[in-house]
Amino acid sequence: MIRVALPAHLRLLAGVGGEVQVEVEGPATIASVLDAMEAQYPMLQGTIRDHVTRQRRPFVRFFACEQDWSHESPDTPLPDAVASGAEPLLLVGAIAGG
Amino acid sequence: MSQVRVLVGTRKGAFLLTADGKREKWEVSGPHFGGWEIYHMKGSPADPNRLYASQSTGWFGQLVQRSNDGGKTWEPVGNKFSYDGTPGTHQWYDGTPHPWEFKRVWHLEPSLTDPDTVYAGVEDAALFRTSDGGKSWQELPGLRGHGSGPRWQPGAGGMCLHTVILDPSDPERIFIAISAAGAFRTDDGGATWRPINQGLRSEFIPEPAAEVGHCVHHIAMHRSRPGVLFMQKHWDVMRSDNAGDSWREVSGNLPTDFGFAIDVHAHEPETIFVVPIKSDSEHYPPEGKLRVFRSRSGGEEWEPLTKGLPQRDCYVNVLRDAMAVDSLDSCGVYFGTTGGQVYASADGGDSWNPIVRDLPAVLSVEVQTLI
Repeated sequence: MIRVALPAHLRLLAGVGGEVQVEVEGPATIASVLDAMEAQYPMLQGTIRDHVTRQRRPFVRFFACEQDWSHESPDTPLPDAVASGAEPLLLVGAIAGG
Repeated sequence: MSQVRVLVGTRKGAFLLTADGKREKWEVSGPHFGGWEIYHMKGSPADPNRLYASQSTGWFGQLVQRSNDGGKTWEPVGNKFSYDGTPGTHQWYDGTPHPWEFKRVWHLEPSLTDPDTVYAGVEDAALFRTSDGGKSWQELPGLRGHGSGPRWQPGAGGMCLHTVILDPSDPERIFIAISAAGAFRTDDGGATWRPINQGLRSEFIPEPAAEVGHCVHHIAMHRSRPGVLFMQKHWDVMRSDNAGDSWREVSGNLPTDFGFAIDVHAHEPETIFVVPIKSDSEHYPPEGKLRVFRSRSGGEEWEPLTKGLPQRDCYVNVLRDAMAVDSLDSCGVYFGTTGGQVYASADGGDSWNPIVRDLPAVLSVEVQTLI
């Protein structure tokens, strides 16, 4: 079970109060976690990565085990602590704008 | 008892303002989708409880929300706007080719007859349609495929398709407008399009009378006369009596013919309203006086409407989709400002009152007259 912490606006959109939990088949990567989460919560499709390009939206960042994973390949295996559910994968909205 | 529901999209959420036919006491519901930009919200003429809202932010992109109960509850529907085929390029601000990229939905226009069919005008400019209540959206590619697309250029607010008008007398005819490409019309349900910009002059483009390239800000039509169109262009208020085949200027005695919003009285097809704005670099009313101008002669001769509107130190803007009319016997006129006020007139513009004064900047105003 992988834990994902979403920004407040996306928690509201998905109708969840706290962390989201997803199961992935195969290695836990950014891509596989997002695929599983979007299948479970279809309203999140297009909000974290672009529908067409599949690229991370510029104002969304990924953090795991206190490391910035935003610029890693989406197919890089996540740390064991995230894959095991000991640590959450953090999706963070940039502090920007007005 | 009749009722009026005003749908207000703002920079930080959606608000629904409701009143009975007297339009004196208002209930305010919202913010819905707090923190998100609501570029536009509109109800289905075929089912007034079916509402659609365009919700977006720079962080999380575009969503479309649908309500089946008049805005009490909402559900997100499809938000995938994928251009048909290879999108190609339009012109960037500096004239270089720039790839078409979806940014947001500016305008949602529900079908006049089917609550599940809606047209979406988007940035970068294209027209999409859903026929399943918003679950899926398909582009009408004939518009971008018209041939002039590579010459379209964004206005200061982006290259947006912001106006969609469905002809009540001819289901095959649709008018759209793009900043800064101009106005276009289809007579075959969206398969093919042609520019309808003859008579427009834009001194700020290389060819002032070009076929495309005009910064059309908004177009309005009275449903009893679908061949007559009124346009607020970047500069100039224009009129067409032949469904856009040609246009003539009707700015007349306006203090400035720059502006964004334009609309037509519900029962008097020759009575039109605009809000003159000082200039394209000073997006506020001339002399700090917020004045709606009304023409009862279809243009040329205009009178200022000031009663109840601030006549000093007012420096707000009224954006292109932020004016609407109701269809009660005494026509109500409504507009919202970038200062967060929504003003209402229950007497065709003679006098005004603020329904609310302190919303986030208002992006759009639509009105439903509920009988």
